[in-house]
Amino acid sequence: MTARNENRESEMSTPTPTRAPHSDLPTGHRPDESRVGAGHFDAGQLLAALPQAVRKLDPRVMVRSPVMFVVWVGSLLTTVFACTDPGDWFGWAISAWLWLTVVFANLAEAVAEGRGKAQAETLRRAKTDTVARRLTNGREEQVPGTALGIGDLVVCEAGDVIPGDGDVVEGVASVDESAITGESAPVIRESGGDRSAVTGGTRVLSDRVVVRITTRPGETFIDRMIGLVEGAARQKTPNEIALNILLAALTLVFLLACATLPPFAAWAGTRLTMTVLVALLVCLIPTTIGALLSAIGIAGMDRLVQRNVLAMSGRAVEAAGDVSTLLLDKTGTITLGNRQAAAFVPVRGTTEAEVADAAQLSSLADETPEGRSVVVLAKGGYGLRERHQGEIVGAEWVAFTAQTRMSGVDVDGRSIRKGAAGSVVAWVRERGGEVAEDAEDAVRTISESGGTPLLVAVEDERGARVLGVIHLKDVVKDGMRERFAELRRMGIRTVMITGDNPRTAKAIADEAGVDDFLAEATPEDKMALIQREQAGGKLVAMTGDGTNDAPALAQADVGVAMNTGTSAAKEAGNMVDLDSNPTKLIEIVEIGKQLLITRGALTTFSIANDVAKYFAIIPALFAAVYPGLGRLNIMALSSPDSAILSAVVFNALIIVALVPLSLRGVRYRPMSADRMLRRNLAIYGLGGLVAPFVGIKIIDLLISLIPGIG
Amino acid sequence: MGPVLAGVLQLLALTAALALVYVPLGTYMARVYTSDRHLRVEKWIYKGIGADPDTRMRWPAYLRAVLGFSLAGVLFLYLLQRLQGVLPGSLGFSSIEPAQAFNTAVSFVTNTNWQSYAGEQAMGPLVQTGGLAVQNFVSAAVGIAVAMALVRGLARTRTGDLGNFWADLVRGTVRVLLPLAFVAALVLVACGVLQNFAGIHEVGQFLGAPQQWNGGAVASQEAIKELGTNGGGYFNANSAHPFENPTPFSNLFEIFLILVIPFALTRTFGVMVGSVRQGWAILATMAAIWVGFVALMMWTEFAHHEGALRIAGASLEGKELRFGVGASSIFAVSTTLTSTGAVDSFHSSYTGFGGGITLLSMMLGEIAPGGTGSGLYGMLILAVIAVFIAGLMVGRTPEYLGKKIGAREIKLAALYILVTPALVLVFTALSMALPTPPHSMLNPGEHGFSEVLYAFTSAANNNGSAFAGLDANTDWYNTTTALAMLLGRFLPMVFVLALAGSLAGQQPVPVTAGTLRTDKPLFAGLLLGAILIIVGLTYFPALALGPLAEGLAS
Repeated sequence: MTARNENRESEMSTPTPTRAPHSDLPTGHRPDESRVGAGHFDAGQLLAALPQAVRKLDPRVMVRSPVMFVVWVGSLLTTVFACTDPGDWFGWAISAWLWLTVVFANLAEAVAEGRGKAQAETLRRAKTDTVARRLTNGREEQVPGTALGIGDLVVCEAGDVIPGDGDVVEGVASVDESAITGESAPVIRESGGDRSAVTGGTRVLSDRVVVRITTRPGETFIDRMIGLVEGAARQKTPNEIALNILLAALTLVFLLACATLPPFAAWAGTRLTMTVLVALLVCLIPTTIGALLSAIGIAGMDRLVQRNVLAMSGRAVEAAGDVSTLLLDKTGTITLGNRQAAAFVPVRGTTEAEVADAAQLSSLADETPEGRSVVVLAKGGYGLRERHQGEIVGAEWVAFTAQTRMSGVDVDGRSIRKGAAGSVVAWVRERGGEVAEDAEDAVRTISESGGTPLLVAVEDERGARVLGVIHLKDVVKDGMRERFAELRRMGIRTVMITGDNPRTAKAIADEAGVDDFLAEATPEDKMALIQREQAGGKLVAMTGDGTNDAPALAQADVGVAMNTGTSAAKEAGNMVDLDSNPTKLIEIVEIGKQLLITRGALTTFSIANDVAKYFAIIPALFAAVYPGLGRLNIMALSSPDSAILSAVVFNALIIVALVPLSLRGVRYRPMSADRMLRRNLAIYGLGGLVAPFVGIKIIDLLISLIPGIG
Repeated sequence: MGPVLAGVLQLLALTAALALVYVPLGTYMARVYTSDRHLRVEKWIYKGIGADPDTRMRWPAYLRAVLGFSLAGVLFLYLLQRLQGVLPGSLGFSSIEPAQAFNTAVSFVTNTNWQSYAGEQAMGPLVQTGGLAVQNFVSAAVGIAVAMALVRGLARTRTGDLGNFWADLVRGTVRVLLPLAFVAALVLVACGVLQNFAGIHEVGQFLGAPQQWNGGAVASQEAIKELGTNGGGYFNANSAHPFENPTPFSNLFEIFLILVIPFALTRTFGVMVGSVRQGWAILATMAAIWVGFVALMMWTEFAHHEGALRIAGASLEGKELRFGVGASSIFAVSTTLTSTGAVDSFHSSYTGFGGGITLLSMMLGEIAPGGTGSGLYGMLILAVIAVFIAGLMVGRTPEYLGKKIGAREIKLAALYILVTPALVLVFTALSMALPTPPHSMLNPGEHGFSEVLYAFTSAANNNGSAFAGLDANTDWYNTTTALAMLLGRFLPMVFVLALAGSLAGQQPVPVTAGTLRTDKPLFAGLLLGAILIIVGLTYFPALALGPLAEGLAS
């Protein structure tokens, strides 16, 4: 949010918020303990993705993954050789399992893409062909939505679907954006300011607005979303490219090791068949990670989508993992969106209880969060039962409006008012009352401490007078302190951005436990801060929604625009949060890290797997000529053929076994790099060493049970 | 005192001596390679070769200088050998044949010192001292220079400047290698190593034939042979020859010389990147491999052959009685883990496993502690690979010393680690598959295969030791090993310097709690594991058909 928004909020009570504050809970505190993780997965998805996986056997598709392409070529070779000797069950079995290896790899990618497709379908439904009511020289005409150009003005009234992305230039309306956000509560869109952007495919629920179209048909937000979740626009990310290079290099190394083996074996006095060589090669090259690499990337984007965040590029998701500075807006992120009543300060001659009673009565007609917080405080702090407007007979309620900035009630000859200091003072003076000096003192003290004072006044038989002051203050969200401590342990510095004065900012910063704060922040200050951090080599993430945030959003390495924000902000950022919940930035960072960890963990696992495969295959190949090498058969596999086949089968099955992990991502908890490395090395490094020994042995036992084999 | 205890005590003494000089030597070298001043003698040299030592070189310029200088060295050495017969100081030896002259020239320029000739029967003092010994100095200095360029790439930010090759070359020779070699030569002379220009002497009749012995500037060449991890002996028997290595103490001292610079360079690295702890981590990985391999070697050589065979001295075959099994094991591992290739015993005579350890030592890529300079840059490349995989597991784009390891960096590192396996495996496979080359093998079966595998492993990794048994002085082996040596030396240097250039241009990422710490024991352990697994997996089939088959047979 911008400095401008901050100022607007400090005028006592804001008008009805544009969105229901549905996400005030710090994110992530779900009953499910593993924080990021959990995109559900079931075996049915595998089955459904099968046809797609088979379609992907096209060599033009396969060649994009060098590791799997080698397996593909190997499968073809072994199949050709099996055809030349149709009676050889071993050749056929190896060929079949090699093809399965390729299919399993495609399956992983297809499942990952399939989840996006489902999402895209929902979006497509929203994108029905609309008829736009275009305004030309003040005249309305009906044209198809696809015929609209940039700069066209269209009219939308209650019930109309907005035909394209644009800005409201006239009027105010409530809009149902559930088609893209999944959030059913309507939002307010109005001309001017930071809430003017509307998205094509959303529906106007009330009133009438004129929208200026800002994108061409086919390039709208919803079109881009469909492209993103479907993975159509997916490009390999920098880290994925680097990892692919390493995997290709490892593949080459093993290709060399296998291709040079026949002359060595010939010298030893044995002949290696092509089938056996290909089997050895496929077991050694990093097929596990090679098969799952693209699925991991797609699933990472998908995890963001499930959290209603759209990343415009995979690059941004990766950058999120690298972020070392988070710029967090105070309001809505660190503190609850609205200030809350914290204390009642009586003036001389009244008691706190009297103030509390009057404050509660006068706030019953105030539906703003601040007003409700007064009622809650009176109940919780002073034991005043919450009353309802209906139960007080003969009461005349004065509802809060942004114009009067007061609410109150007239009952039993008493008028009670509560509201912004200026308005209430004016109200008292109009009625010939005096404002006590200590009331003014209290107002000043509260203002200086960073709080917002509301006055409570009454007019009764003793005349109009101020009873006391309500102290409204920012309330830091639950669990934020712990969250920031976690971030600190992960090596991420948090900077709170606020329009408050430095003293107020410091008080809240201390309470929330952020590392630093930027007070009285202007968009220029924000920009300067980002550039300063980046000059030191740091990656910066921020959220923003206003047009004046756009330069900073573009400058930040990870710029998350709120969906409620302007189209300029959404253009500038590289992610859009459909929930417009700035706290989500923390989760985005975690998802970015999880993506990289999953890649690293599976790469380690894949390489560590090779040790056991050598112990299965080398003795199988050479124990006949060098009986000593039979001692390497530490798994005591039943026969050479069964040993090689077991290794190949394990190699194929481990891909399927790891599909859920690659889609969900490895479990991630915030902790220091050292602890995380130790943990992941133990699980995926040591695990990767041991698992295939066990797996291959079990498969060998099963194979040896097949009659006629082993 | 039993032989096992003696071996262990020698290992401890050696470790203590290396520990003692680690900090002073490493720090001194860091000063040498970062200083702005030129010594007077250095200025003369710069004037003489017409180089400006203050030009800042980007990586292509640095590489051009390295390659140009080395090419000149090969040509000079080649001509010197071809013309030996008509030049003075030949002791009457004739000129060397083209294939062998080419092989030897390449061998000494690449710091390999593979010798397909017998020194005392082919080379006079002019070639030995004026040609080969000079390359012993400068090829070592070139190795250190390239390592320093990589260290600068890691230490510097937002620049293309990797230093100046000519300054690095001259300083390494004048300020590091010459003074150390001078002192070392004095110590060796005191131990009884020859240092004269006496020529060939007839020393009477033994075993019914006239016995000759050569004089020569042996001690001075011996010093730089070990110190520069060169390994080319004055005599064919190399450090097993009593004139090169007369006593157990000189033996231990020579091992010390082999290891001292490569180990100390990790300190130089730490000082230059501004964190000596980073140097410790690299040192720890190198030392763990070295100690581990020595222990394994001693275990297999002492414990192998039960009972009668051991009492009969079976594991002493091919080893000098004056050194014994323990000291020979330390020497064998140290010489193969560095790119030295000097030998005080015959690796072919080691047990199957023992021979396998010397092979695997070289296959690691000469990194523990490796050749002068080449050990450090080889290890740093592997650190980059290890950081890449492990760095992902902490959830960040991998970075080493604040430098991001992206596609370009990993591509160069991957190319580096591809070179030697490709050379070793392809040349070995060709030698096994073609009709003629197998005739060079002395032994059949797995041991014969080990001879060939060893030759190309040694050449491609610029080690230079031989397994014995293989007749390498054929056109096939002279040519292919020369190619393996050339490509195995200079292709990696291309990738190292390109990587250095790419790293130097980067803006460093600040260290936070989220950064993978590369100065911790955990990382040293991880690096160790990555090296063993990656190298082990690459060569496992070949090793299985050679030394493993032999070792497991008994």
